[in-house]
Amino acid sequence: MARLIRTEKEVEGRFEDVWLVVEEDPLTQWPAGPLAVVGRDATRQDAPERVRGEARFTADIQLPGMLHTAVLRSPYAHARVRRIDFTKALALPGVRAALGPGEAKGLEEEAGFAGAAVAAVAADTFGKARAALAAVDIEWEELEVVLDPEEAVEREMFTAPSARYERGDFERALSEADVVVEGTYRTSVVLHNSMETHQAVCEWVGDTLNVYISTQYIWGVRDAVSKELGISGDKVRVVCEFMGGGFGSKNGPDEYTFVAAELARRTGRPVRCALTRREENTSAGNRNATLQKLTVGAKSDGTIVALGGDFINAIGWSGWSAMTEGPMQMLYACDNVRTVRHGAKINTPPMKAFRAPGFVEGTFGLECLIDELAAKLELDPLELRKRNYADSNDGKPFSSKNLMQCYELAQKHWDRRDEVRARSTDTWKHGVGMASQIWFGGGGPPSYAWIRATSDGRFTVVTAMQDIGTGTRTAMAMIAAEELGVPLDRVDVMLGDSARGPYATLSAGSSTTPSVGPAVRAAAADAKRQILEIAAQRYDVEERVLDIKDGLVVSADGNVSTPLEALLEILGDAQILGKGARGPNPAGMSVLTFGVQVAEVAVDIETGEIRVERVAAAHDVGRIINALGARSQVEGGIIQGIGHTLSEQRLLDPETGRILTTTLDAYRMPTIADVPEIVCEFVDAPDEHLTNLGSKGLGEPPIVPLAAAIANAIRDATGADVHELPISREEMLRALDAAKKKEKRGAPAAV
Amino acid sequence: MPEVKLTLNGGEHIVDAPVGISLASLLRERLGFTGTKIACNEGHCGACTVQIDGVPTLSCITLAHSVRGDVTTIEGLRDHPLIDAFVRADAVQCGFCTPGQVVSAAALVAANPEPTVDEIRHQMAGNICRCGTYPRIEEAILHWRD
Repeated sequence: MARLIRTEKEVEGRFEDVWLVVEEDPLTQWPAGPLAVVGRDATRQDAPERVRGEARFTADIQLPGMLHTAVLRSPYAHARVRRIDFTKALALPGVRAALGPGEAKGLEEEAGFAGAAVAAVAADTFGKARAALAAVDIEWEELEVVLDPEEAVEREMFTAPSARYERGDFERALSEADVVVEGTYRTSVVLHNSMETHQAVCEWVGDTLNVYISTQYIWGVRDAVSKELGISGDKVRVVCEFMGGGFGSKNGPDEYTFVAAELARRTGRPVRCALTRREENTSAGNRNATLQKLTVGAKSDGTIVALGGDFINAIGWSGWSAMTEGPMQMLYACDNVRTVRHGAKINTPPMKAFRAPGFVEGTFGLECLIDELAAKLELDPLELRKRNYADSNDGKPFSSKNLMQCYELAQKHWDRRDEVRARSTDTWKHGVGMASQIWFGGGGPPSYAWIRATSDGRFTVVTAMQDIGTGTRTAMAMIAAEELGVPLDRVDVMLGDSARGPYATLSAGSSTTPSVGPAVRAAAADAKRQILEIAAQRYDVEERVLDIKDGLVVSADGNVSTPLEALLEILGDAQILGKGARGPNPAGMSVLTFGVQVAEVAVDIETGEIRVERVAAAHDVGRIINALGARSQVEGGIIQGIGHTLSEQRLLDPETGRILTTTLDAYRMPTIADVPEIVCEFVDAPDEHLTNLGSKGLGEPPIVPLAAAIANAIRDATGADVHELPISREEMLRALDAAKKKEKRGAPAAV
Repeated sequence: MPEVKLTLNGGEHIVDAPVGISLASLLRERLGFTGTKIACNEGHCGACTVQIDGVPTLSCITLAHSVRGDVTTIEGLRDHPLIDAFVRADAVQCGFCTPGQVVSAAALVAANPEPTVDEIRHQMAGNICRCGTYPRIEEAILHWRD
């Protein structure tokens, strides 16, 4: 019987209570460790079509009569459109329609950052549309520009209310501490720069809008578009079969979707609106910069007694204020914690979620601070972390936590310190650093899956999720194959179409596998139960003695052993349909992921050049579904993290607020030449309280601790405290210089 | 519009196209060869890589009318052993850069069938992968004939 419950839902560290209809979920978890399919290596089912260039991305969709859009964007960081006139632009050949401020969501009269969309033109080709922009007659009124987040906070210019948190008595605990370490840490803006830019193709068919879009959340797009247009959700069909990356920036529709929909309505033709790479760098969102003033107080034995932090998230013109203080509140056992977080509204491009938003930034500050504390106490940084191990999250028990096992896995990498340091020369200094990881990743309800079995003994999972590129399609097939008792190549997955499958959650927040996976398992169990009922009737045996193993229907006594297709062929075109739903998360428990990374670096103290030579990662994300895909996720997160730690820097003209780095030669992302040796291990223990799978998500955890691990390795190598990301050569030389001065004053330093 | 004559994956193509069109746009929009991707459209990322007479070339900054030589795109490499090597090594996440990676890698192994890790890193450094599949790409190229 369907049950109505109230349950907590978390996405990217934001919680809300939702009503949920649940059906009883009687499945017990599988035993721990690799099974027949789940927990083993599987290549991606859709890899051949992606590698061969056959996968059809939104960028590849060409509809008959399709128009192309160019978007007029503000050259000013803050300005108002006083007057706009499209007469000349519309008279140009091939130009079909134009939209001004207010004519589609996202085209605003007030531009709050350089790159904000104000108008759009549709034409037969993109070239003609872009040429028409130059013919738009526009008059701007420049407005005051605020770029300094601290100034914005002083002036109380916020995107959201400030968040204040205290447990215990921070001030008193700090006054009773034996040692106190303070530090100010800065992290910079990071661009997602997905290889496929943000884009959509919209087409009206009768009263239904078809939206082909590169998105992490087809249902989110469906709901936002239907709400904006005032039409039923079922009149918006959203399709995303393949997408070229998102990393958090494609969780919803933006101006390009609404512009394409409105231009399609006005022209009666399909319309594409695709950002250029340069627009991607100015207008598609970014990880916000942060300023963190942190304090830790500890007893001389290393017991942390007080943690405090003032955090400013430099949000930009819009976006939400992520939980930068999260790691400080959650990672260590500490009775006295006080944090304040402000979300500064400034005239820079909008914040968008980016792979563990808030926690990446907050972990950099906290885990550097903890190492500075270890140095002051002359304690082993790993030992210090173990001594402050948290057994609950602010009084709430963990559904599972195996961070200690991660530390144990990391020990052998940590033990390489002497060997690594010994490689140092006069100019190249080598060192090892570590950092811990905490983040969400438990997923939650609702999500649904259907499964159909056909007479040839094959199965198709149908669920309206999307595969951002993490391999979730393959993970779903593995879960279904395991439950059904069939080889993996018997299971296909259909996804990416909101009109052709049940609701499934977004591809973000490390939530996809833990949210949709249990629904897929439940659907497979439902189909299997029906198959065994049929088998019992066909072979005249009791259902309870039957099972499916490796594609064979077998009975416990061995009398029945028949290929599945031999049983199912009697169905003809009839099908067996299973359905499954995601149940609620465990009430009153904190569902979190954990891990630790150990980085080895070499620093040239003359030039400030930094090389990351090796990163060892140990993560606890519950049960591993695809061991090969999981390793790829960890490698990808680490490599992306090396970018924002060392080379990626979005530069802004400090006077005008215009973005100076709009191309991929200026905004420097890692290449294959920047990759260190990466060692990757998992605890691989199912979370016994979480769903029928015990799996958590892995998309985000690997990027969380890396920057701090590298910064701590740099301190180990050189004695210099780095406090800013990216650690450019300039920042490295500044930190080396500061370390030298500190040494002259008598404090020990390795340089 | 002046015509472009192209030898593409062994076949002859004659197509009218406006002066100034890039080879990448011609392939994708005029000829329907969408395996070649455009990610930056200004020669910085390598997603649009094709071969001209076996040499890796950025098709987004190559004028279609100026092409002399045989063009090979990912569509012409679909039976190349590298395809299976990439699949086996899990050298693909979102897959948007991957066709360009394969085209670059195919040029590399044609000239140097047993490249070292350093040679792979040098030759492949112009192909950006934001998902970070680089270690897998390296593995795929090292074992492309296995």
